[in-house]
Amino acid sequence: MPDQPAHATETADSADPAKPHPARPREPLQVTINGKPYFHDGDPAMPLLWFLRDTLRLTGSKFGCGIGNCGACTVLLDGKAMRACVLPMSVAATHQVTTIEGLEGDALHPVQQAWIEEDVAQCGYCQAGQVMAAVDLLKRKPKPSDDDIASIGNLCRCGTYPRIRKAILRAAELMQGERK
Amino acid sequence: MTARVDAGRRRFLAISLTAAGALVVGIRRANAAPTPGVPPELLGDDLTDLGPFVRIERDNRIVIGARGCEIGQGVITSLPMLVAEELDVDWAQVRVVQLPYGYIDTDQGPSNRYGDQGAGGSTSVSDGWKDLREAGATARWLLVQAAAKEWGLPAEQLRTEAGEVLAPDGRKLSYGALARSAAAIAPPDQPVALKRPEQFRIIGKPTRVVDAREIVTGRSRFGIDEYAADALVAVILRCPYLDGALESFDDAETRKVAGVVDVVAIAGPKPGEPFDGPLASGVAVLAEHTWAALRGRELLKVQWKQGPWSGESSGALAARANELLDRNEGGTGVRHDGDYAKARKQARNVVEARYEVPFLAHATMEPPGALIEIKQDSARLVASLQSPGGASEMIARMTGLARKDIEVRMTRAGGGFGRRLENDFVAEAVLVAKAAGKPVKLMWTREDDLQHDFYRPFGVHALSATLDRRKQVSGWTHRCAATPRPYREGGGRKRPINTGCLEADDFPAGLVANLDKTFFAVESGMPRGWWRAPLHTFHAFAVQSFIDEIAIASKQDAVKLRLAMLGEPRKIPYSGHGGPQFDTGRLAEVLRRCAAKIGWGERRDDGHGIGIACHFTFGGYTAHAFEVSIEGRELRIHRAVCVVDVGRAVNPLGVEAQMMGGTIDGLSTALHLAITVKEGQVQQHNFPDYPLLRMAQAPRGVEVEIVASDADPVGAGEMGVPSVAPALANAVYAATTVRVRKLPLMPELMRML
Ligand code: FES
Ligand code: FES
Repeated sequence: MPDQPAHATETADSADPAKPHPARPREPLQVTINGKPYFHDGDPAMPLLWFLRDTLRLTGSKFGCGIGNCGACTVLLDGKAMRACVLPMSVAATHQVTTIEGLEGDALHPVQQAWIEEDVAQCGYCQAGQVMAAVDLLKRKPKPSDDDIASIGNLCRCGTYPRIRKAILRAAELMQGERK
Repeated sequence: MTARVDAGRRRFLAISLTAAGALVVGIRRANAAPTPGVPPELLGDDLTDLGPFVRIERDNRIVIGARGCEIGQGVITSLPMLVAEELDVDWAQVRVVQLPYGYIDTDQGPSNRYGDQGAGGSTSVSDGWKDLREAGATARWLLVQAAAKEWGLPAEQLRTEAGEVLAPDGRKLSYGALARSAAAIAPPDQPVALKRPEQFRIIGKPTRVVDAREIVTGRSRFGIDEYAADALVAVILRCPYLDGALESFDDAETRKVAGVVDVVAIAGPKPGEPFDGPLASGVAVLAEHTWAALRGRELLKVQWKQGPWSGESSGALAARANELLDRNEGGTGVRHDGDYAKARKQARNVVEARYEVPFLAHATMEPPGALIEIKQDSARLVASLQSPGGASEMIARMTGLARKDIEVRMTRAGGGFGRRLENDFVAEAVLVAKAAGKPVKLMWTREDDLQHDFYRPFGVHALSATLDRRKQVSGWTHRCAATPRPYREGGGRKRPINTGCLEADDFPAGLVANLDKTFFAVESGMPRGWWRAPLHTFHAFAVQSFIDEIAIASKQDAVKLRLAMLGEPRKIPYSGHGGPQFDTGRLAEVLRRCAAKIGWGERRDDGHGIGIACHFTFGGYTAHAFEVSIEGRELRIHRAVCVVDVGRAVNPLGVEAQMMGGTIDGLSTALHLAITVKEGQVQQHNFPDYPLLRMAQAPRGVEVEIVASDADPVGAGEMGVPSVAPALANAVYAATTVRVRKLPLMPELMRML
């Protein structure tokens, strides 16, 4: 790599988060993603989304806004829906991360199944995030009300909301069946 | 083995056998039919070179290539359905693969082995209705001939079903078993007969998105998901001023960021020059990964030159548009029928109103981007595209490479809406890759996207109508002052100035005896482009709101007034896209059904308001109705009804999705969205100031009714949007007696209430 400043500017600047983090040896962070451990020795402020996408090539989590607004990057952190584009690696490291790629067990997750059956996707770009948000919702509310469903704030530019509603209700039924 | 078949004057089918023994049927367009009598081997390598269009594997798996750009409109499903139908296979046997861009050189010039691959104007299905069904039918014909030979039976006695040829005595042969011998058969010299609609087994059946499983498991790959081993990630800091330029920059801090590799300046277009490259000047940061590139970009210190539009603001544009309309001089006549002045003199009643529509951004959920690799003698682009042909031309022009050496791969795209008809992001990627001497993965952020778009034009519509003694509309003028859609177009393209803003033959042209349409150009530095149902979303709000105002002013029923204006069912000339005819009966029918479905005219005492509108878009007929109420500062949409006639629905589940999505896009846009400009800069940055509708604000459902039709299909991607905004504004009036004449609706309504 050309002109790498290497360790030259270490001391004074490194406490200031607005300044670039100079490359220096640091304890690599260990993150658990879909049950497997990974190491990250880069910038601990790097959002999880870029580690997933650029480093691990787990590209199911999408980039839509980068400010935690749209939900395209939604992953589960200890089972709770979180926006990976604003989640620093240093925080992610202390939790279990599940991405859309890790949702499927031996079979599709009931939410994925319901999404296919209700033919939700149009462009499909937001849908991984929508599915993750729905998984989180159904864990908290196995029988969600209309308002519970509408509490999912993920954007869909294609306007698939009515089918998302149907798919969540269908998934709730499928999961009800599984529990019996 | 290769052979050819004339399949109409301008196309021929090409049939070949792959090394693996698969039957391959492709389509290509030629400027003229190939010279008769020339043996296929002498036609050159192009024919044997054809990629798969229909491939029948020997194990009877059917692979169908999807040629279109999938941007959410469903063509990766609907186009292969057309092929599969005529091939006569079970949909469950079919595996769909995305085809790349199929450029080929021919004696007659550039051509495409797959036909038209762009996504614009909702034409994919209507185009495929012709050539893709032919491709399927020809393959089936060959398979039947092969079976006839095998069995020594006349082909007429054989039939096909679910991927097998059947003899009258019950013998069967699978397509897979016949593929090799079928490919050796001389192709038909006449176009093969297509199925009659009664025989359809796939067309018309609700069919789910073929790659839904990939989507919900995260395996689906969009443009942004493509990587190349040695590619650097690039982000660009673009000049925020319209037609501004880079004065100077300091990248010292940027280069200190771990992972940043290089920083290069990118030149934008000169003021007034065509937009056939990047949209703006900028500084590109190249890095090993996205985060480093973004961090590096934040640390750039840049001085910009403001450019010639530094005084431009939305307020001034609106004032200018109104001033042009007030002065009413020097406009471009778009249509002139009868004598409006006379009608006005004789009128019992005159109604006038002005409506304002804002600039809009496309805000595709997946921002623009591109992965490009440029080598000495070839190039490779992978991206979410709507115009792969345009991308190929762009790369050829910028690199000097021959188009046949440029590989263009389309992925599933995270939305299009017209944004990807432009290839400015491809041009940027080329420039950065050339400067870096490395493959480049160009990333756009949402801020980049909202700030640097080809915006839907801004404009003001001034409408007036005269009513005679019998309350019939006797005269109509539509004057539109807008930032013209044609603006600095690449490739020396010239279109009439009113293109995309005011259409000569749109409703009620041809239905009112005395009618004038005039266009006034408002100068602006904002780049303009095509935005989903461009012309129609731009003006249907004005026309269909105005009809309601006429009805109210003359104490008529708004549905009956529309029906009276449409008159007897008949076809009248329509020169715009979607013509050559406009069927008044089909528009009346969707309107009537929509009115019935929402309960139009029923007495209500719940304070809810109902509004309705209808519109003809690109050959499709749509009506919308909404039931709304205002609670505090909230607008509640209790019901949303959409009735559509797009001819035969190839995939009703897909058409329903497009109408549902189009309705919600229409609501989202009409309620809240506008791009504004101040001091030559776009003011919106990310979703918080360009607030797309979320689930909580959207109607719970959209009640979609698809009119059964035997008419040839048109697409469905754009027809669901234009009548939404006026139906909504009409419903708001019904609920509040407040007439909103400016979009977006919510801020205006809150101001007026
Ligand atoms: S990309 Fe993370 S919320 Fe939008
Ligand atoms: S399906 Fe396209 S953004 Fe949701």
